[in-house]
Amino acid sequence: MARASAAPTVRRVTESRLFFPLVVLAVILLFNLVYDAGFFALDTIDGHLYGNVIDILRDGSTVMLLAIGMTLVIATGGVDLSVGAVMAISASVAALLINPDLQSLSNDPNVTATPLPVVLIATLVVATVCGLWNGALVAYGGIQPMVATLILMIAGRGIAQLITNGVRIQIFYEPYAFLGNGWIILPFSLFIVAAVFVVAWLMTRRTALGMFIESVGINSRSSFFSGINERRVKLVAYMFCGFCAGMAGLVASSSIRTSDANNIGLNFELDAILAVVIGGTALGAGGRFSLFASIIGAIVMQAITTSMYAIGVPAHALLAVKGVVVVLVILLLSVQVREFVRRVAAPKAA
Amino acid sequence: MSNANVLLSMQGIHKAFPGVRALDGVDFSLAAGEIHALVGENGAGKSTLIKVLTGVVRPDAGTITLAGQDVQVHSPEHAQSIGISTVYQEVNLCPNLSIAENILIGREPRRWRRIDGRAMNRRAEQILVGLDVDVDVTQPLGSYPVAIQQMAAIARALEISGARVLILDEPTSSLDAHETEQLFGVMHKLKAAGLAIVFITHFLEQVYAIADRVTVLRNGRLVGTYMPSALPRIELIAKMLGRELTELDDMTKVKLASRHETGETRLVADGLGRVGAIEPFDLELHAGEVVGLAGLLGSGRTEIAGLLFGIDKPDSGSVTVNGVPVRQHSPLGSINRRVALCPEDRKGEGIVDELTVRENIILAVQAGRGWLRRLSPSEQDEIADRYIALLKIATPSADQAVGNLSGGNQQKVILARWLATDPQVLILDEPTRGIDVGAKAEVQRLVLSLAGEGKACVFISSELDEVLRTSDRIVILRDRAKVDELTGDVDERQIMQAIAGSEHGSS
Repeated sequence: MARASAAPTVRRVTESRLFFPLVVLAVILLFNLVYDAGFFALDTIDGHLYGNVIDILRDGSTVMLLAIGMTLVIATGGVDLSVGAVMAISASVAALLINPDLQSLSNDPNVTATPLPVVLIATLVVATVCGLWNGALVAYGGIQPMVATLILMIAGRGIAQLITNGVRIQIFYEPYAFLGNGWIILPFSLFIVAAVFVVAWLMTRRTALGMFIESVGINSRSSFFSGINERRVKLVAYMFCGFCAGMAGLVASSSIRTSDANNIGLNFELDAILAVVIGGTALGAGGRFSLFASIIGAIVMQAITTSMYAIGVPAHALLAVKGVVVVLVILLLSVQVREFVRRVAAPKAA
Repeated sequence: MSNANVLLSMQGIHKAFPGVRALDGVDFSLAAGEIHALVGENGAGKSTLIKVLTGVVRPDAGTITLAGQDVQVHSPEHAQSIGISTVYQEVNLCPNLSIAENILIGREPRRWRRIDGRAMNRRAEQILVGLDVDVDVTQPLGSYPVAIQQMAAIARALEISGARVLILDEPTSSLDAHETEQLFGVMHKLKAAGLAIVFITHFLEQVYAIADRVTVLRNGRLVGTYMPSALPRIELIAKMLGRELTELDDMTKVKLASRHETGETRLVADGLGRVGAIEPFDLELHAGEVVGLAGLLGSGRTEIAGLLFGIDKPDSGSVTVNGVPVRQHSPLGSINRRVALCPEDRKGEGIVDELTVRENIILAVQAGRGWLRRLSPSEQDEIADRYIALLKIATPSADQAVGNLSGGNQQKVILARWLATDPQVLILDEPTRGIDVGAKAEVQRLVLSLAGEGKACVFISSELDEVLRTSDRIVILRDRAKVDELTGDVDERQIMQAIAGSEHGSS
């Protein structure tokens, strides 16, 4: 009898959306533990926590931010390739607002041309407008999401360069640098991630927006017939994705204290998409989504990168090795493997 | 038709899909040099029969004989190689390539291992001239009207294999009268050349205009094969709708109840129309009545529903609901006006299959409230449980994904979605399609009781007896136009007469 009651519990655990992403994360972390017994060690310096795990979370914060927005877009059945470029645009906007005089950079850490709140709000507005552009092309222009967002993916970096006239603006203003470099026991960027996550969660799960997004992703025609304004739902998803990319751009530029239009957020769209896919939201098909599972997915992506460095994969081989690991992870997450694990873990017929 | 002439014969074809018997022992024969029309309402089995013939699906049982030899058609490529070519409803060619390229793609004449463009154009021209089509074959296909594209598709089908059997699947659905004539000319030529042509259409006058024989399918069964000249149009319609005329004469006349004539006017359509969908029509719906829409497939039934509900915007006329003119033609606007539509295409336009039964039921209510004013979990449960009980939806729980339910229960979920919005006008487009007999009777009873509560209902169905049983008034549609409105003493014969129109099929 014990077995009979245990099996459904096991089934419920294995059917949870979080189960497989967490298993993958655990495997990667265990791998690190085998390689380096002190991997999980934490130090306290000035009351702040430091360590490998904290590093993974801190370095992963930009991808986590992107993954939150990307989850909503992918859930509508779309995809946003432009988030990396939007990060670059917001970095340029923020840097220019802090230091508009490109000829003579002020290196006083207490000086900014624009008050910090204005810098943040203006940057996020610009990023949201980028999302609006993507959303309008997809929802009202009827362009395939991949093609529509490819436009800004390519043009975005050019725009980012135009904004700063091709100059990499160094940022000396300390309060801004705190976004990506500050610590309040934990890295400050994690608080930003938490705040955006809570906003996204409330927005989708405490209003009807989450259900509308899922409904549109599963069957947009049925949703339209049911009175859902399916175009506006898509538009909102892309706008929020742009907002998240803007946030990620702020954190990234603050972290390296410069607006680097060529490199900020480069290839991050792919990490974000993979994070969402690892989190179990179906790319292309859309539908059911879990924001928390996407966060786990983002941590998995960062853990892979960090582990590569930790075991000494040279930087120039990193992308190739990472590709192999990602393929393995995706295979692990395939329906066949999942079903196999479920059968083994909890046989249906006793 | 003498037996010696038979080119293709299909015997006792069975095909079942999960939950549906698509074909149930269907026989079909085709002679060289004949045009054989295949007719039937939606779900009759026409397309499945064609798919069996072209190797898209394998039959569960039955034999196919081509020119005296038993064949098993493995795939569409195989079908082509044995001389069975198909032109599908939607022209599936490449609009950006030239006509010649489209006709000869994959089999281009070659010279020095490269495509010989001139030879290709010559060959394409030859084929088209054979069909009496005179066009510049070097121009992109997309720059020509659909009729010419259709011809190119036929030319391609002929060129492929030295076809013996040509299947035309609703080739005329997007052609105007003149283009249809042109197509018929080509069909006559091909027939004279000895080709056997299967012609699928839902335009009955075209059956009489061109077909040598007509085969009627209904609900996956063969009704019969007839000579059009010996089959009056009204009888053909009777057969498609599953009635024998002799049987009809015996039927008691139904008096359409004028139960609710005095009900308040809920909805008025005045000269409402949309080009290509439905000619302008007038319609009034009153509280407490059921108005039936009767007509054949493609007669404009669904289009009327779509215009009244705001799926499509009208380009003439106006709608007034409860005295207020409608400006926002959209489903959301309709929810606010308390107008509801249960759509015809349950899978494509109705259910959201991965969402739960609960979410599917509250979807329209929530859409009406907007995304900010979310129904609380307890309100959601309350609504879902109420309608699961009211409509006796068979589901293990409200948390079940709706895609796992049977067709009848999915239909009830959609009905529940709209009843939950408390509509005053309820449009039901084929609410009983594809569900079992018991569930059908339940839906009909429900419609009557909803009307009894004072809702104005529109009931659309291709089952004539169903329309008769439930309606107070019947609107007759033919060829995308409203042609009549029947009240008082009506019988099925009268309705079929109205659907058939003035000609009696002896043309």
